[in-house]
Amino acid sequence: MTATTTQTPVLQAKGLTKRYGRVTAIESGDLELYPGEILAVIGDNGAGKSSLIKALSGALVPDSGEIYLDGQRVHFRNPMEARDAGIETVYQTLAVSPGLDIADNLFLGREERKPGVLGSVFRMLDRGHMRSEAKRHMSELGIGTLQNIGQAVESLSGGQRQAVAVARSAAFGSKVVILDEPTAALGVKEGNRVLQLIRDVRDKGLPVILISHNMPHVFEVADRIHIQRLGRRATVITPKSHSMSEAVAIMTGAAEPPPPVA
Amino acid sequence: MTSESSTAVKEPEPTPDFDVDKHESIGLRIQHVLHGNPVLGPLAVLVVAIIAFSIVNTRFFSAPNLSLVLAQVTVIAVLGLGQTLIILTAGIDLSVGAVAVFSSILMANFATKLGVPGILALVLGLICGTAMGALNGFLVTRVKLPPFIVTLGTLTIFFSLNSVVSKSETVRGSDMPSLMTWTGTTIPIGGFRLTYGSLIMLLLFAYFFYALRSTAWGKHVYATGDDVESARLAGIRTSRVLFSVYTVAGLLYAVGGWILIGRLASASPNVGTDYNLDSITAVVLGGTSLFGGRGSVIGTLIGALIVGVFRNGLQLGGVEVVWQGFAIGLLVLVAVSLDQWIRKVKT
Amino acid sequence: MRDLVMSNNRRRLIAAGCAAALVFASAACGGDSGGSGGEQVVGLITKTDTNPFFVKMKEGAQQAAGQQGVKLQTFAGKVDGDNESQVSAIENLISAGAKGFLITPNDSKAIVPSIDKAHQAGMLVIALDTPTDPPDAVDATFATDNYQAGKLVGQWAKAKFTKDGKQAKIAMLDLNANQVSVDVKRDQGFLDGFGIPVGDANKIGDENSPMIVGHDVTNGNEDGGRTAMENLLQKDPSINLVYTINEPAAAGAYQALKSAGKDKTVTIVSIDGGCPGVDNVKAGVIGATSMQFPLKMASLGIEAIAKFAKDGTKPQATAGKDFVDTGAQLITDQPQSGVEAKDSTWGKQNCWG
Repeated sequence: MTATTTQTPVLQAKGLTKRYGRVTAIESGDLELYPGEILAVIGDNGAGKSSLIKALSGALVPDSGEIYLDGQRVHFRNPMEARDAGIETVYQTLAVSPGLDIADNLFLGREERKPGVLGSVFRMLDRGHMRSEAKRHMSELGIGTLQNIGQAVESLSGGQRQAVAVARSAAFGSKVVILDEPTAALGVKEGNRVLQLIRDVRDKGLPVILISHNMPHVFEVADRIHIQRLGRRATVITPKSHSMSEAVAIMTGAAEPPPPVA
Repeated sequence: MTSESSTAVKEPEPTPDFDVDKHESIGLRIQHVLHGNPVLGPLAVLVVAIIAFSIVNTRFFSAPNLSLVLAQVTVIAVLGLGQTLIILTAGIDLSVGAVAVFSSILMANFATKLGVPGILALVLGLICGTAMGALNGFLVTRVKLPPFIVTLGTLTIFFSLNSVVSKSETVRGSDMPSLMTWTGTTIPIGGFRLTYGSLIMLLLFAYFFYALRSTAWGKHVYATGDDVESARLAGIRTSRVLFSVYTVAGLLYAVGGWILIGRLASASPNVGTDYNLDSITAVVLGGTSLFGGRGSVIGTLIGALIVGVFRNGLQLGGVEVVWQGFAIGLLVLVAVSLDQWIRKVKT
Repeated sequence: MRDLVMSNNRRRLIAAGCAAALVFASAACGGDSGGSGGEQVVGLITKTDTNPFFVKMKEGAQQAAGQQGVKLQTFAGKVDGDNESQVSAIENLISAGAKGFLITPNDSKAIVPSIDKAHQAGMLVIALDTPTDPPDAVDATFATDNYQAGKLVGQWAKAKFTKDGKQAKIAMLDLNANQVSVDVKRDQGFLDGFGIPVGDANKIGDENSPMIVGHDVTNGNEDGGRTAMENLLQKDPSINLVYTINEPAAAGAYQALKSAGKDKTVTIVSIDGGCPGVDNVKAGVIGATSMQFPLKMASLGIEAIAKFAKDGTKPQATAGKDFVDTGAQLITDQPQSGVEAKDSTWGKQNCWG
């Protein structure tokens, strides 16, 4: 599905700028993310895509520029504020705690307490409820193969851990999911499974920003492709409008960026 | 979306990749079991030790003797409890003994030199211990110094202050309000004689066992120790968690100091120089990993009991004192190697 | 992000800088700074400056220095066993042009090279309380005869038990497993005084007597004393005589006995003569203790250095010994015939700590 440019973007960045001394990371950085789409962000090293994404996820405070979420101006001072506003980020390192189990990790930082006195005075966690919720979230995303929700995350394969991290991002009333290099450390089979997972997240109604170096994967799942170059957006293309090699050429500056396709 | 992509994830796997292979060696099976429950190893050692020492000298396995061992390990167990919390966050606390002893001297001096009523002196002493722990926490989380260095420094500072305040004098129990020495009073339970100090210790262990398993704070402690960056990115306020752990430990050390007064019927400034190593020994023997994120407080209680059982059992067995230290050192090496081995569990 | 990182590093630099400044300041203040010239300078280097034993020693040295008209500079290790601080102290004294110093070495072997340097500078070096290794590395040693101290309480115990017609069952509460000189001498002296053959007088624990229930270690403090007493009592509840390495250990042992209801029937002996220990003799906790005289060690030492500074005479050892015996005095409120003793009132006037 391609987005129409007449819709209001869910997430929009205008003119973001960040300088480190004499080095400019992003300048007049723009980005739009429309409802129901997977937007891939690609760019060579130093193009500013990490800084752009960090600004959106609250890990970086831009020097100037604006960010709009659902049309409202927002200002994030730290990642927690971005998360609270509904922007969930799955980092390359996944941010899962290996020693804790799947349910614990899903609810990490957002644990549920038992109702009544047990919860408020004794601060007792409602583990039973968290476990059943965890199972529900995982199966909604088609991750049914994980047998034991009480199993420690460190005993899972890379793809399974990625699934847990993605499920966490989709579970909590989020508005946007940002995935940073989700398939980078995975083999072919698991990589494909994660791509399907990403599609399932979008189909659930959550738009996804996907940062990736993996061109085949990008061209397989993305609805639109945002190409970042030299600190700003070069253009936006779709997998249908251009080929992989053309995309790479634009990315590296070998070809002139065309006007945005979508 | 297309039929091919939906089968990509839904196609059933013959064997999920984490299943235990039925033809696994005994070694690997033990490794898995211990990985799931790191307390089993130390528990086995404790049980075997008790059996062995009982055979060597039947007097070992008597209610009076076992009550004695429990009383002997109580202070170190309480200190070890605080140390466990800190080690779970991949930190370490060398100022354990200093905080405990200094707190005990402070509460004793509040009661005797300043004439403060017993309960107030106790509360003030506990507050002081908590403050010392908070200082450690502040230096670790705000000034961002490594825990080893911080607590090495505060160890010396607190012991020096201890000498100054106490003037190196021991305060006699008879000069203090009875509340100070109350922890040494015993209650007969069946043939056992339990001190109030040991009772307090057991209650503390029960509480923290609960807190670490069933509260969000407990999960955050483990997450912070396991991988602090991941915990932070997941939204956990790791600085707060760390600060809370050092502060709570300080309070526990002060309670340990109070129990010590009961045991010695005096507040002595000369004791406690080795408590840091003793508490770390109990934690390590209990299967808690020095790298953080793995372990339990029950393990520490077992670790403390192991040391007490060995000391008492070897003496009853007529073994020269020199070998007590040797045995404990050997156990520590075995415990740490075991921890390394079970950490290697692969999927 | 980078701004945050920079300020973190800067913070650490400041913290490290403050820490370093504090370290230098405290090292510089490690000893009382000497004044202007005119007076001869003498030094006192103790193991630590917190142990009441050394506090008393310092007192004695200061008094004697005042009387002799010499300037005293005092130093101490930071903890028991801290050799480094004592090495620096000796270097400081050499540069201050001191005539000599008294030292209780933290490490009897490792301090010897520094003492040789002091000798090359023409100083008189006297060891107090703890000999160096070898003992003749210093010009003289002023110490308690620890063997004699142990023997006194041993003789007292023997006399008491003979008078009461009791068979002794003895628990030996020592210092630690390292067979240090003070530990060995007191332990063996006690056994000798009691009349038990000691086998090798340089080794604890090689005796065979059925009267000895066992040995355990206390670290010389109350906590260790209590645990050691408890464990030995478990081994043999018929223990009726306890030898302890020092008075804190005795206090701990007493708690264990009290808890077992045996405080009235078991006799404890100890060594040291600290004021809390003398209080315990008066209270009936300790049956008898051998008093040491740290003050005397220090004042005799200062006098010896003053004399050396005047006419170069070096102090002579007590006849028959290779050190100057500063004496051990039996203190008890239960005197036994044949064993000379003073009571706790006298003890209170002459105790230390």
